[in-house]
Amino acid sequence: MKFIIAIIKPFKLDEVRDALSALGVAGMTVTEVKGFGRQKGQTEIYRGAEYTTNMLPKVKIELAVSDAMAAQVVETIQQSASTAAIGDGKIFVLDLASATRIRTGETGDTAL
Amino acid sequence: MIRKMLCGAGALGMSLAVSTAAFAQEAAAAAAPTVDKGDTAWMMTSTLLVLMMIMPGLALFYGGLARTKNMLSVMTQVGAVACLAMLIWVAYGYSMSFGNDFSSDFLKQFISNFDKSFLKGVTADSTAATFSEGVAIPEYVFVCFQMTFAAITVALVLGSVVERMKFSAVMVFGAIWLTIVYFPVAHMVWAGSGLFFKMGALDFAGGTVVHINAGVSALVAALILGKRIGYGKEIMAPHSLTMTGIGTGLLWVGWFGFNAGSALEANGSAGLAMMNTFVATAAAGLAWMATEKVAGHKPSALGFCSGIIAGLVAVTPAAGNSGPLGAIVLGALAAVICYLAVTKLKGKFGYDDALDAFGVHGIGGMIGAIGTGVVYSSALGGPAGADWVMADQLKTQVLAVVTTIVWATVGTAVSIYVAKALTGLRVSPEVEREGLDLGEHGERAYNY
Repeated sequence: MKFIIAIIKPFKLDEVRDALSALGVAGMTVTEVKGFGRQKGQTEIYRGAEYTTNMLPKVKIELAVSDAMAAQVVETIQQSASTAAIGDGKIFVLDLASATRIRTGETGDTAL
Repeated sequence: MIRKMLCGAGALGMSLAVSTAAFAQEAAAAAAPTVDKGDTAWMMTSTLLVLMMIMPGLALFYGGLARTKNMLSVMTQVGAVACLAMLIWVAYGYSMSFGNDFSSDFLKQFISNFDKSFLKGVTADSTAATFSEGVAIPEYVFVCFQMTFAAITVALVLGSVVERMKFSAVMVFGAIWLTIVYFPVAHMVWAGSGLFFKMGALDFAGGTVVHINAGVSALVAALILGKRIGYGKEIMAPHSLTMTGIGTGLLWVGWFGFNAGSALEANGSAGLAMMNTFVATAAAGLAWMATEKVAGHKPSALGFCSGIIAGLVAVTPAAGNSGPLGAIVLGALAAVICYLAVTKLKGKFGYDDALDAFGVHGIGGMIGAIGTGVVYSSALGGPAGADWVMADQLKTQVLAVVTTIVWATVGTAVSIYVAKALTGLRVSPEVEREGLDLGEHGERAYNY
């Protein structure tokens, strides 16, 4: 099993979700996050007081998938989240040691 | 335009002048004044409009500019000092500002005596004179109208000291400040025996009494109190410009009670004040944003709101003392200068006037008070008579402004140090970091 973490632009979330659903991904966890990479921040001015924010809002998607699906999921996220501009985000893939469905106690791929 | 207040029983013909003493003071009318129901209804409406400026207008305007963790403390402080002012006003404030004259010629220029404490002698039949000969409004209505002015002025001062001043210190400061600063200055400007009134200073709705007074006091209080922890280093962006925008709208609408109500009658003078309160404000809102654009920035929402307030402040003394064209120029000028005050002056001197009470009310008030000496001219569409001399009027205006600045500075310093001795001024650094909402009031503004 693989654990996939993707940091994407917030407005791309629905597209990514639809594309993954079409692929048969049954669930994911989404968090609003802030961070920085190569994309530069924004400057805000309030009555002359200037604040530069170099942390930009992003959305973090976390999902666990079977080994067989992992490559396809990563490719789908990459394609659906891309705008081809700086700040599109990153996808990380980790090995996942175990998964348990709380309701039934099922483990492994069947728990996903 | 002489405002006379005839005491119900005595009909002493005491003059409470507001705008101009350019004309000789007329003798008190011998006949009993007429109370017009239309005037009375308008003045009661105006009184409530000014209350709306405080709650929720100023509370939201200021609250939105503060950080999330201090929203409730700002709203609570604004509301609480306003309530305090109302009680003190009835106790002795009205008497000190608009009561009977002291026999001492020197003393009566600064305050009136305490005979009307707890509104002694005021009944439903007592009247207060308006600007028209023989026309009066019920004294209770006049007392209430002026009460809201005292309440909003002390609340305005708090704009510079929020996010760090103790609630208890705010209350002590408020009580003393009203007593030694607001009531005397209100008397000096608006009472017939008052110093500025006798000098012939023009102040239609309180440019000196309310705005210069509050703005300068705010600066002095902020200087004594010191900066907020992290000022200039941490982000202190307004937590909700939406709230500030709503507050701005409520203030603008309420300001018609403030300015047009200061005519004391529902008549053409009130109509002129209303007109000017529209156009000076509109010009100022746009002028502030234009100034931002010229300075190389984006025309901002906060800039728009700040311009609106700067325009309202500047037109306050000029409301019934200017033609619409003069008001437009005055409003636009005030916006440009206030913009420079809050963006450049504040940075240069490094004082932490948290919500720019001095930059907008103090500076805008000075522009308005001095500018009134110009726009009053009939050449600019103002109501001045033929024998009016601008240079003389300007001298009087400047003298009134300078005196108010000195009075407010000294009085505020005294009030703040008394509060410091009694309660201590600042919350602990832990409370300041965590926010005054939790530290001083035990609540959060937003529980998502």
